[in-house]
Amino acid sequence: MADKKDYQGQKPAWCPGCGNFGLLNTLQQTLADLDIPPHQYTIVSGIGQAAKLPHYIRCNAFNGLHGRALPVASGIALANHEMLVMVTTGDGDCYGEGGNHFVHAIRRNLNIKLFVHDNQIYGLTKGQASPTSMEGMETKTQPFGSLSAQLNPLSLAIALDCSFVARGYVGDMKFLQHLMTEAIRHPGFALIDILQPCVTFNKINTFQWYGERVRHLDESHDPGDRMQAFEKSLEWGETIPTGIFYRHARPLFTDKIPPLRQAPLTRQPFAQEKTLDLINEFF
Amino acid sequence: MDYTIQIAGEAGQGLQTTGASLVRIFCRLGYHVFSHQDYMSRVRGGHNFYRIRVSDKPLSASRQSIHILVALDRDSIDIHRDEVHQHGVILYDPGDAAEQPAGAMFLPTPFARLAEEKGGRKIMANSVAVGAVLGLFDLGVETAETVVRESLESKSDEVIDSNLRALRAGRHHVREHCTILDNFRADPPGSEKLMLINGTQAIGFGAVTAGCRFYSAYPMTPSTGVMVYLAGKSEEHNIIVEQAEDEISAINMALGASYAGVRAMTGTSGGGFALMTEGLSLAGMTETPIVICEMQRPGPATGFPTRTEQSDLMFVIYGGHGEFPRVVLTPGTPEQAFLAVNKAFDLAEKYQIPAFVQGDQYLADCEWTCAGFDFGKLSYRDYRLRGQALRELTEYRRYAFTENGISPLAVPGESEHLVVVDSDEHDEDGHIVEDGPTRIRMVEKRLHKKLERLRGEISPPELYGAPRPETVLVGYGSTYGVMRETVDLLAATRSVAMLHFSEVYPFPRPDAFDYLGLLRGARHTLCVELNATGQFARLLRAETGFVCSGRVNRYDGRPFTTDELAAEVRARLEAE
Repeated sequence: MADKKDYQGQKPAWCPGCGNFGLLNTLQQTLADLDIPPHQYTIVSGIGQAAKLPHYIRCNAFNGLHGRALPVASGIALANHEMLVMVTTGDGDCYGEGGNHFVHAIRRNLNIKLFVHDNQIYGLTKGQASPTSMEGMETKTQPFGSLSAQLNPLSLAIALDCSFVARGYVGDMKFLQHLMTEAIRHPGFALIDILQPCVTFNKINTFQWYGERVRHLDESHDPGDRMQAFEKSLEWGETIPTGIFYRHARPLFTDKIPPLRQAPLTRQPFAQEKTLDLINEFF
Repeated sequence: MDYTIQIAGEAGQGLQTTGASLVRIFCRLGYHVFSHQDYMSRVRGGHNFYRIRVSDKPLSASRQSIHILVALDRDSIDIHRDEVHQHGVILYDPGDAAEQPAGAMFLPTPFARLAEEKGGRKIMANSVAVGAVLGLFDLGVETAETVVRESLESKSDEVIDSNLRALRAGRHHVREHCTILDNFRADPPGSEKLMLINGTQAIGFGAVTAGCRFYSAYPMTPSTGVMVYLAGKSEEHNIIVEQAEDEISAINMALGASYAGVRAMTGTSGGGFALMTEGLSLAGMTETPIVICEMQRPGPATGFPTRTEQSDLMFVIYGGHGEFPRVVLTPGTPEQAFLAVNKAFDLAEKYQIPAFVQGDQYLADCEWTCAGFDFGKLSYRDYRLRGQALRELTEYRRYAFTENGISPLAVPGESEHLVVVDSDEHDEDGHIVEDGPTRIRMVEKRLHKKLERLRGEISPPELYGAPRPETVLVGYGSTYGVMRETVDLLAATRSVAMLHFSEVYPFPRPDAFDYLGLLRGARHTLCVELNATGQFARLLRAETGFVCSGRVNRYDGRPFTTDELAAEVRARLEAE
């Protein structure tokens, strides 16, 4: 088994006490325990505090544009379907700027692991409402409180028949590692919405606030039951359930593409002379 | 021999099928063909036409005057009557209208009735029309049959036979009833076998032969043809064609695939490219190779969705925030487009930059004939670091500083070396930095050093016509053919030449060919462009200081015919 130290990257530039540290540590531990060496996975991110993560862990990394992590990850997963592709993103990056890509990436069902650092606030731009901010949350740019309804990423994902839908919490690292391990082992698109307090800008959804509400899904919960999963995903209040809400084996996108049957595209040799005969179609 | 045939009517009447069949039949017979299409942004109704020029000599543009007008509706007669040549003919369906146009020019041809009588279905009127046009020239029954059989391959024998009966009926009707058959004489064609291709097919074919393995795009006229071509080759040539949810996703997906280690491309038109500019800038910063095919249509905004214009030149050269190098190629013919795609892939990967092939609706849809493409000009070299060569490296840094600014481009996952790229300013390892000195070195590396070398890769403009011309038509992109034919038309009475730029950015240096000396020596230099503001004339001035003596701009969404451009040029010269 690999050592977690082998996964150490650059020194994080997050605020002291940030929920992201727990998430980073858990991801490093998960990969070490699964014994996946850094060159065998690629982490894609957009922009935001969460999106800096690829610099803090040893990996192949594509730190792209705000909201655009999933399209880049999709391109990588299509070009090399043997690569483990993970996305680390935030609630603003993934559900706001990248909302359209989120919907369509789920539809495709590529083998991508989507870890959303959900702190219900914009951290990098210093404290504006995000799509998952609770209705009424006042910020400098939402003086009358956040007026839009809070986005429920789990319900949305289940409605789109996402093949793996889970919620984790950085204050519950062991359980989070279990979720990450299951997501990585799952053959298909896997979403984990990870509750992660922003200690600087979110004064409502704090460690204490989450601590009082977060509870594991009941053991009787059947992740194969889509209706039950949807019903559970609507729960947000006195209790906030964590765990695997929905797991459903859907055919992989790449399994349905004939050109990928022999090998990943990246390993298929190209011979120009074999393409030149195409000119005969024009005669 | 030089005839122009025009099929005109509403969308949904089958003029596309009729035109496409005729073009293929003439080409198969050995005649040169040039076609251009004018269609509205609707699936049914409106007014559309398909203009086909046929000759025993090579063609590169449309002419103004129509010799055979196939009017599939009455409106087409009113709209195009004035364009019909004095010795021309108008084939139209008399139907059961009481009032019929009179004159030798009009040849009532009951498309619908003959189709029903001989083919059994009205829809076969297209075949009647094809037969009628061939009948005027007394040409090609056997070839027509072969082409019809090929195009209806998937249909039953009964359907094919019915169409052939309809075709023969059209032909027979014209031979029996046309009183001016002497006006239509086909010279014997050349013995050379000719190919028929349009711009989007040439771009798609160019991509396959350049080793393109990934194409992601969102459908947008007039670029969709490229996607359709590549999708058709997907299985046989191992190409992934993915229809993205929007153009933002399309370019980011292509960048992801390119990062992962394959040649990737995207294509769109102006509005879609507007969405791509963020990703274009990402390609610049991360130094990820990508080929972008931008097929223009008139803007702003939705503009004329199905028509042509050259108004995105500046947009493509300057689009994207920040400063980074790029290449912009502007082919004027299908063969140039085919070779431009090859060069774009080569330069994109060699320099790790975005490379554009810019065309427009006119280039996309026009069909040309030629004897073949020059495969000798193709290149293929895999510049990526992969496999054994990569594994043997003791150290790897994605943005290592090098003499020429080009850092090794490794394929992630093929060795223990990690490939880290970042849209933030970064160090040699790809990690975020904020310090000034690293920033300066990175700008010098990815911009100044590469751009300097890149300039040496750009081909000079092509001169056609008089070697020391008094009048020069200056242009770029899809006006190539019409400028060339205009030079031919005017050459008898004037010293005239065309100077055509098929590679515009970085702007070609005048060292290989002193085109600036040629321009300075000319009395009239007219910059011909399909836009309102003269973007190329401005680029030429910005890059070289040369100011053209005049500009010919067209911005009604229609291309120039040779006659129109020649008339415009004559008027300009006479005015001076």
